[in-house]
Amino acid sequence: MAPSVCLQEMIRVIRSARTQGEERGVIQRECAAIRAQFRQADSGGRSHNLAKLLYVHMLGYPAHFGQMECVRMIASPRYSEKRIGYLGAMMLLDEKQDASLLITNSIKNDLSHSSQYIQSLALCTLACMGSAEMCRDLAPEIERLLKASNSYIKKKAALCAVHIVRKIPELGELFTPSAHSLLSDKNHGVLHGAVVLITELCERNPGNLDEFRKAVPELVQIMKGLVTSGYSPEHNVAGISDPFLQVRVLRLLRILGRNNDEASDAMNDLLAQVATNTDSSKTAGSAVLYETVLTIMDIKSESGLRVLAVNILGRFLLNNDRNIRYISMTSLQKIVQTDHTAVQRHRGTIVDCLKDQDASVKRRALELSLALVSAANIRSMMKELLRFLSTCPPELRSHATSGIFNAAERYAPSQRWHIDTILHVLITAGGDVRDETVPNLIQLISVASELHCYTVHKLYRALISDISQQSLVQVACWCIGEYGDLLLKGDCDEIEPMQVTEDDVLDVLETILQSHMSSPTSRGFALTAIMKLSTRITNNIESVVSIYGSFVCDLLDLLGETNTSSQANQNQVNTTSNSTSSSVQENLLDLLGGLEPTPGKGNILFYFNLFTGTMSVTCLCVFSAPNVTVYEKGGVNLKLQCDNQTETAITVTFTASNSTQSDITSFTLQAAVPKSVQLQMKAPSGDVIPAQVCPHFCRFSTQSAAQHLKMRVRLSYTSQGTLCQDMVQIDSFPSPAWN
Amino acid sequence: MIKAILIFNNHGKPRLSKFYEHYSEDTEQQIIRETFHLVSKRDENVCNFLEGGMLIDGSDNKLIYRHYATLYFVFCVDSSESELGILDLIQVFVETLDKCFENVCELDLIFHVDKVHNILAEMVMGGMVLETNMNEIITQVDAQNKMEKSEAGIAGAPARAVSAVKNMNLPEMPKNINIGDISIKVPNLPSFK
Repeated sequence: MAPSVCLQEMIRVIRSARTQGEERGVIQRECAAIRAQFRQADSGGRSHNLAKLLYVHMLGYPAHFGQMECVRMIASPRYSEKRIGYLGAMMLLDEKQDASLLITNSIKNDLSHSSQYIQSLALCTLACMGSAEMCRDLAPEIERLLKASNSYIKKKAALCAVHIVRKIPELGELFTPSAHSLLSDKNHGVLHGAVVLITELCERNPGNLDEFRKAVPELVQIMKGLVTSGYSPEHNVAGISDPFLQVRVLRLLRILGRNNDEASDAMNDLLAQVATNTDSSKTAGSAVLYETVLTIMDIKSESGLRVLAVNILGRFLLNNDRNIRYISMTSLQKIVQTDHTAVQRHRGTIVDCLKDQDASVKRRALELSLALVSAANIRSMMKELLRFLSTCPPELRSHATSGIFNAAERYAPSQRWHIDTILHVLITAGGDVRDETVPNLIQLISVASELHCYTVHKLYRALISDISQQSLVQVACWCIGEYGDLLLKGDCDEIEPMQVTEDDVLDVLETILQSHMSSPTSRGFALTAIMKLSTRITNNIESVVSIYGSFVCDLLDLLGETNTSSQANQNQVNTTSNSTSSSVQENLLDLLGGLEPTPGKGNILFYFNLFTGTMSVTCLCVFSAPNVTVYEKGGVNLKLQCDNQTETAITVTFTASNSTQSDITSFTLQAAVPKSVQLQMKAPSGDVIPAQVCPHFCRFSTQSAAQHLKMRVRLSYTSQGTLCQDMVQIDSFPSPAWN
Repeated sequence: MIKAILIFNNHGKPRLSKFYEHYSEDTEQQIIRETFHLVSKRDENVCNFLEGGMLIDGSDNKLIYRHYATLYFVFCVDSSESELGILDLIQVFVETLDKCFENVCELDLIFHVDKVHNILAEMVMGGMVLETNMNEIITQVDAQNKMEKSEAGIAGAPARAVSAVKNMNLPEMPKNINIGDISIKVPNLPSFK
């Protein structure tokens, strides 16, 4: 492709690319050509090249190599190059790049250029991406330009000054005198810029308010001129004369009149005039009217005027145009704190908007509804809010649930209502409640002691129909654990009785444990509940233990995750070697009535507190990972176990056992691993396996993850006088249970 | 303050992207994609205001958008701007483009994106509304374009010569033409269009 092709041609080629890959290829070639061109400092098509680069940048491809070219172009005497250079600077450069400092000097020169268009380029760029240092350097220039005779430059300088004040608020003092004098300009653009500048100065530094309050009469004059003037084609938008300027002036008046009687008095008439005369059939008129209403509500206006303002908003709430309804709700939101009763009058309409199809309108209605909840209307509002929750769009759910909880907490008429509301929310939108909700709810439920029976029954019933809402599951499990006896008693005052057996309860809890929908926290709650129930359920202790036993590994997960849960702190983890645990285990199991330890995943020990005779459950977990048999021949059995896995290292334990009648001697084990794995062998426990004896440890530690590990093991032993040798290839290693 | 002005088509391809706050290139593209995603889900008869998204998550920023035929015009603003005012501003912007390009369509925006930037620069500066009078804007833009063209007239001679040579179809060209002080190296030009 010829290097000096123009922008249009390149765009044409890019558009004709049929796939993303093709487009990328085209762009890469172009960028390479552009880069080469930049290096050559070829003066012919420089602006074209930069324009091409900016286009490519818009599509999302890297263009940082164009930064220096922008700097060079800005310094060029030609207008076309300056123009594209400044555009490039605005798009590619920012404060963090060093190159941005280099253009400061060019900007300074251009600010005093004879051509107003070059001045305007410089002003525009400074206002867009000027850093604090640049602003400090060039502020005096800008101040000088504010006094220029050219209104084109004046308006741009005014906005540039706004940017400078935003970056360095202290420099506001520099612009204060000129800002005031700009208000007497006739040009609307200049007026607009001046009003924005004054607004910014007042917002940054409240000390300026007194100074600019003197300008209120002038501003009122300007507004009067705009409102009462005849049709002016220049600034007319849908019949309103320069609504943009009107809106700006009204906003400034709001800032100046706030908390100040004198200024507010001066504006009262004007505001009344605007409020009554503005035609609001089109957007432009509505914009002005809203600004007026907000100003009236914010300053110290007469009460008659305030009533007028709220009525206007109420009228707009009923408007068919959704934009208007949205804006009226936004405005009401701003005044709901100060004029609560006035807004309450429109509660019905607002609540209706909750049912609107538009998600933006729904959001506004939700915010406003939550702000309007009070002790008087809590019951009816909550009904509406709960109805809303069931059809709520997903992005609003968590906000809605937390708003409902807050409202319920502040205004709940009774504890039972409160709990009912919470349950309703959990059932409808339990997946979207915030995390801290669960402990708060548990706290609330535990305090309402006379309602424990009712609560646990309701929760149980909710649970048996749906276990997918995690927060519901967690709260329900906690309640069942705490008040399980009340549940099993079966009768409860306020709801129809339902017979719940211990098996039912354990079934539910077991289902939760086994369900793939349950999060580890929920499983933990369920396990804890089972633990607590073990003190209350006396008939079914075996099921309790078996369920518990099969999920010890999940418990270990839980311990890692929920350190804060006080129930979890009761559990302690101890690793004991196999030999000591087996004897303790046997004794305990005798007490328990001859249960077999559940194979595979691990074993749980229950301590019996012999003094008080009650069983307090403390969990001792023995780390025993799955034991895989890798070799079985002639009575010799070799088992493999992996544990202590970190990212890169595992410990492999070989256990050899001998089920023959005679001893096995000279037992040796050799292992070979792939070259990528490092192996460390620890000394075996011995080379004699006495008859009928189980453990004989032989430990390896390898630097490899379980899934990558392959090993070849050679056994050699003497059994009954004969030497046996064997080779075993182990291709897959079981991962330790808790990973 | 206006935080960003985006124009993209019904498939999400950006036609203009102007950010008045600094973001990294990746973030800019992400914002464009996300904004498109949010705006394209909207029905035709809902309001023109949107909240929610990366640019605007949690803060008081809103998206104000208008859909014209195949293009979405999206302005991201904070709470200091009047929403209805911005809606009108978008209308003024589109009408100005219409006047400048004579019945503007998407192709005009595609092939003359630098001109669109120039027009926008006369309306919004540093995130603030500068001028809303359509005639004033057009006058200034025309004057600037004239200035650019007049410059090109004098200095555009080499460019014109090159394009003339491209259109020539000489079977044999010497590699170097030496005319006194000027030495012109003839580039390898493919046959063009």
